[in-house]
Amino acid sequence: MKLVRPYGDTLNDGAMQLSFTLPIPYGRKAKECAKLYLEKLGFKTADIVHMAELSEEFTFFIAYAKTDVSIDYDSVEYTPAIDKAMTMDEVNQFIKEKIKRKVVVIGATTGFDAHTVGIDAIMNMKGYNHHFGLERYPMIEALNMGAQVPNEKLIEMAKKINADAILISQVVTQKDAHIKNLTNFIELIEAENLRKRFILIVGGPRINNKLAVELGFDAGFGPGTYAEDVATFIVKKLYEKMINK
Amino acid sequence: MKTQRIKKTPLLGLDMKKIEKARELSNSITEKVQEYIDTHTTVTIERASLRLLGADGANSDGVPVPNLIVDKLKDKVGEGISKYYINALIKTGKTIDELNKDIADGFDISTLPMLEFEKIKEKADEIIKKLDEKLEKNISYRNQKLREYSQNEKRPLIYVIVATGNIYEDVKQARASALEGADIIAVIRTTAQSLLDYVPYGATTEGFGGTYATQENFRIMRKALDEVSEKVKRYIRLVNYCSGLCMPEIAAMGALERLDMMLNDSMYGILFRDINMYRTFTDQFFSRMINCRAQIIINTGEDNYLTTSDAIEKAHTVLTSQFINESFAHRAGMPDELIGLGHAFEMNPDIKNGFLLEFAQALMAREIFPKHPLKYMPPTKFMTGNIFKGYAMNTMFNFTAKATGQTIQLLGMLTEAIHTPYIQDRFLAIENALYVHNNMADFLNDIEIKKDGIMAKRARQVLDEAVELLEEVNRIGLFEAIERGMFADIKRPKDGGKGLDGVFEKKNDYYNPVEDYLKKKLNIIKVKSEKVRK
Repeated sequence: MKLVRPYGDTLNDGAMQLSFTLPIPYGRKAKECAKLYLEKLGFKTADIVHMAELSEEFTFFIAYAKTDVSIDYDSVEYTPAIDKAMTMDEVNQFIKEKIKRKVVVIGATTGFDAHTVGIDAIMNMKGYNHHFGLERYPMIEALNMGAQVPNEKLIEMAKKINADAILISQVVTQKDAHIKNLTNFIELIEAENLRKRFILIVGGPRINNKLAVELGFDAGFGPGTYAEDVATFIVKKLYEKMINK
Repeated sequence: MKTQRIKKTPLLGLDMKKIEKARELSNSITEKVQEYIDTHTTVTIERASLRLLGADGANSDGVPVPNLIVDKLKDKVGEGISKYYINALIKTGKTIDELNKDIADGFDISTLPMLEFEKIKEKADEIIKKLDEKLEKNISYRNQKLREYSQNEKRPLIYVIVATGNIYEDVKQARASALEGADIIAVIRTTAQSLLDYVPYGATTEGFGGTYATQENFRIMRKALDEVSEKVKRYIRLVNYCSGLCMPEIAAMGALERLDMMLNDSMYGILFRDINMYRTFTDQFFSRMINCRAQIIINTGEDNYLTTSDAIEKAHTVLTSQFINESFAHRAGMPDELIGLGHAFEMNPDIKNGFLLEFAQALMAREIFPKHPLKYMPPTKFMTGNIFKGYAMNTMFNFTAKATGQTIQLLGMLTEAIHTPYIQDRFLAIENALYVHNNMADFLNDIEIKKDGIMAKRARQVLDEAVELLEEVNRIGLFEAIERGMFADIKRPKDGGKGLDGVFEKKNDYYNPVEDYLKKKLNIIKVKSEKVRK
């Protein structure tokens, strides 16, 4: 058991900073209301340190509050998609030695989502923040189909180029559009009896491994992911599939 | 519209001859494309013309009246569709509203016998006259308000986006932003709208990542902004997205509902939405004529290049595109004061002296395009979930925008990488910008730039590279340059993309009273169709 609380300046003081808006007019009553609201959330003490009028009907608050709720760190179950990423060179070495052929990866931002920033960061030659993308990996053949690709088209192309892994990026998450789209993808691929043929990976700002696995994918990657994280997962999973055949 | 003029001498010491050369090259590049544009029309140009003549409404399945008309006359697009609508008005003796309703109910105007051309022309002139009055009224209202509140006009103008999907929720957020200090409200569109070959009808409350652009939504937001303008004593400008497959129709709706700015790029749709290049070039010209007539400032989309390409290596592609966009806009009659060229603050924040490079490029744009209402876009690519770091980056961006005399500044949101802005995100962004802009108000007038320092050298280098690229584009042609991926690292084949099946060669007897009116009014070229017509 390791019980922890947020840390401000003393161990387990439970101090947190918060900011939020309430749909109420600005004024002293608003401040009292915001404070009471935080107490209702279970905070023991709450200070509204700043408030601002956004319009006649909205007020913004910045608050510091303390909680005595704690959590047992040791009881947290967490399974990331990978333990530790290999470097680009290590990935290539792994493919050469163990898989012994080029690995084919296809990716797209699917549905109506028009954002290529995520898929580009992982796949494009240049990559992101000095982490090269999959196109740069000598032992990986990468095809980036861009954005607004229908699920059907992505599956069709994956079959055509005989992909080992399919990467899907989902950036727009308003009204859970990404969940619907990802569920639809899994349904389509299962309907064609192709689920086992591909390694399926999804990434995006609101994606994590747990959600992805729940939806039926092999892995999910959230913010801060680089190409080598994804590549590591793909090659290890592919190797695992090969030896279990 | 009032725009900022840089009164002082340029600071970067750019070679004026090179700038002139870049303009000549751009002119030559767009001339070849214009030959194509002048001899073609598209389904959306015809629908936009119908809208300006009065076609409006939708059938019970939501198919808009302009689409119902054009779909029935698909084989006549090369002759111009407007004459069929005008013919129906005369033949049926109905009012525009009555005819629209009948068409929505299934009435097919393509079956009516055609009157002689003189009768149609006469009726067209009558409608065009009313259209002209309506547009003039919108312009004079805007100008009167701008004059009335001119003492409160800021530079840069503060531009924020609302994007809830629900127009009524958008109104609340827009109103709050205006009260906090925003000058410009853009209602971002739902993600899929650019690929729809029709404009949805009526007020909408559902959308993903944005709100449908419909004429009714324009009206609702316009009314709300006019009301809040009275309260804040600033004329709050309204923006929408004149892009995608219905570019000219959005322009038509914006002109009628008094929008003030439109995102309107000559190449954005080709590169980032995979819309066919012939379609886009033809559509952008017509939409720009409408925007020009309505005195709507266009915002070009060069900032997008840097989301797919590196902001340092590819800075010159932004400048190249600005020159090309400028030249296309001039061809559509636009004065510099309406051409809001885009650029962005998108360098990796870890780069040493990155700020100096950003500053140099922003000032370079200002000095090369002194009269243009430049639109400066915020960091997006290197924004992360670290909202505190993001807020600091936005402060640097606010500094650069003010210090280099930008006209329009789209504010960065600290939650850029997380979600469409919450109401307080916008508030914090505006508070930051107001603080920085005021705190360094006269900075630009108080500095000189070292002649051979990092900044002056950087600006010279970008201009040199842009001229080289323009030379190359001019040599191979713009169509070919896009095929080769010379912009934004994205390759688009000439015959690929969406919407090519909606492009038609104009026949000898092509007649479009709206086009004739716009060209005449904007003094573009002599209306040649007068001669050709029998």
